[in-house]
Amino acid sequence: MLSYIIRRLIQSVIVFFLITLLVFLVMRLLPGDPIYMIMSRAASETATEMQLDKLRHQYGLDRPMMVQYFSWLGGVFHGDLGVSILTNTDIRQSLMKRLPVTLHLGVLALIISFLLGVPMGIIAAVRRGTWIDTVVTSLANIGITIPVFWLALVLMYLFALKLQWLPVFGYTSPFTDFWENTRQIIMPVFCFAITPVAGVARQTRSSMLDVMRQDYIRTAWSKGLRERGVIFKHGLKNGLIPVMVFLGLGLSAIVGGSVLIETVFAIPGMGRLAVEAMGNSDYPVIQGVILVFAVMVLLTNLLVDLSYGWLDPRVQYR
Amino acid sequence: MAERIGISSVNEAPPHVNELRRFFRVFLGRGLVMFGLVVTLIFLVLAIFAPQIAPYDPLERNLSEALQQPNAKHLLGTDAIGRDTLSRLIHGARISMIVGVLVVSIAGGFGVILGAIAGYFGGIVGAVIMRLMDTLMTIPMMILALAISALLGGGLKNVVIALGFALIPGYARLMAAQVLVAKETDYVLAEHAIGASNARILIRHIVPNCFSPILVLITMMMGTTILAEAGLSFIGIGITPPTPAWGSMVTDGRNYLLSNPMLSIAPGVAIMLLVFSFNMVGDGLRDALDPRLRGVI
Repeated sequence: MLSYIIRRLIQSVIVFFLITLLVFLVMRLLPGDPIYMIMSRAASETATEMQLDKLRHQYGLDRPMMVQYFSWLGGVFHGDLGVSILTNTDIRQSLMKRLPVTLHLGVLALIISFLLGVPMGIIAAVRRGTWIDTVVTSLANIGITIPVFWLALVLMYLFALKLQWLPVFGYTSPFTDFWENTRQIIMPVFCFAITPVAGVARQTRSSMLDVMRQDYIRTAWSKGLRERGVIFKHGLKNGLIPVMVFLGLGLSAIVGGSVLIETVFAIPGMGRLAVEAMGNSDYPVIQGVILVFAVMVLLTNLLVDLSYGWLDPRVQYR
Repeated sequence: MAERIGISSVNEAPPHVNELRRFFRVFLGRGLVMFGLVVTLIFLVLAIFAPQIAPYDPLERNLSEALQQPNAKHLLGTDAIGRDTLSRLIHGARISMIVGVLVVSIAGGFGVILGAIAGYFGGIVGAVIMRLMDTLMTIPMMILALAISALLGGGLKNVVIALGFALIPGYARLMAAQVLVAKETDYVLAEHAIGASNARILIRHIVPNCFSPILVLITMMMGTTILAEAGLSFIGIGITPPTPAWGSMVTDGRNYLLSNPMLSIAPGVAIMLLVFSFNMVGDGLRDALDPRLRGVI
């Protein structure tokens, strides 16, 4: 187990450095002088060559690329992600403001996806081939094919515009007005959750079908256990292990979805920050968003893999 | 399996015909797969013959007929500048199919090559390739595509590059896993024994034997790609107007949700239908080609 943990840790560290290298290079691969990205558009038009050189020196852009990378990386480790070109504010601070909003919606959606997806998958697997299996499988298929941004608009049309049960869009902090916040996040959380619910249900179903064919399940049946005992005590314990992997995938889906869903519902989270930064070519902000998202996924995958190796020791020897 | 060993084999067609028959029996056996295949083919025909089939020019403005509800002349109505929604939908199928095919070719091509090299040679080269793939996989696809599009700008070519790049790791990982198994087989050992070169073994023997899972992944990825392109076009950094793309059509209809809901609903239904169909065809292909892939893809 120890060698497995060490191997996975080393891999993650390597991937982390590759991510930072990629994110750093992306900024440098841009056509044109990076100095124009640091100063505002208005200032760059009037600046003289001497002022530009002074700025280049000030930001260290006249140093070798490797030196620049490591000094940037040093800043990242201290939480210094630079300054937004557009608003000239500290990027760390705007990330700190936006991240809790996305996490609030995303974590709720992940919890819902496991609470709904796992039972759906179990029922479908246990009653394989019956109408209930067909219903669950079809719902799961719809869940992974539906365009979430379109679903968001359809929900908005039905529940906010036609029936007027819910606010059309917006986000209020739950600490300011909990009730208003709950009403506002119902539709977004539904949109965030639909793909992960479908994914968890599919994964649970196929993994349960696989487990229920094993010899130890036959043994459990033949020693006269009741169905409930076989399914929950022997089947589910093993069947749920592969479902855990979905935590990483689900997080990826939610992060990707945040770009679309937060745009539709005008929610001030990370996804909308990314889209806004994109529209303004605010590259340092885009860098920050990618870095935070990638590290989140990296850490989740590491945790999932380590607990997987602990729960199913066969994995360690792969 | 039993019928192959039986006495009746004298009367049977040669084995490869049986394989083909078995493939079609399993592939076309499920109703949903049939449905998916038919819908995919319909969209393919629409995409290829869009200019002939579409009743109007998708770019033709006609302000006197703007924002019409569905009627006999415009079956799905018209948008804010009087363009025929049905015609734009049909031409949108063309864009989706083009993006899908190009992205899958780029990602599949690079992914298969990188995966084959990593799986076959292993060692430092393999480790470097796989860690690079891990890195790309850590960045959620939408975010990676968004960042690349931000650098390159919108438009068909850049969307294809962005998504093509973002989808490479899926193919590379699958290919590497397949090659790892295939290189331990007896036929590869036999090739080594007669002195075949690595390149020959890899290209002539291993890659063709990994064809099935890659074909299944390609079909599934068509759906993923079309969905992602629609998402990028929806937030305005994918296909640029006035080119009719389904994602941007949903955006265009946003301001008319109450008066003309069809403007946003119709393209969304088209996206869902096509993506669903590709997934079903992929499911069917997987079951018919190699049921062991269940759970892998």
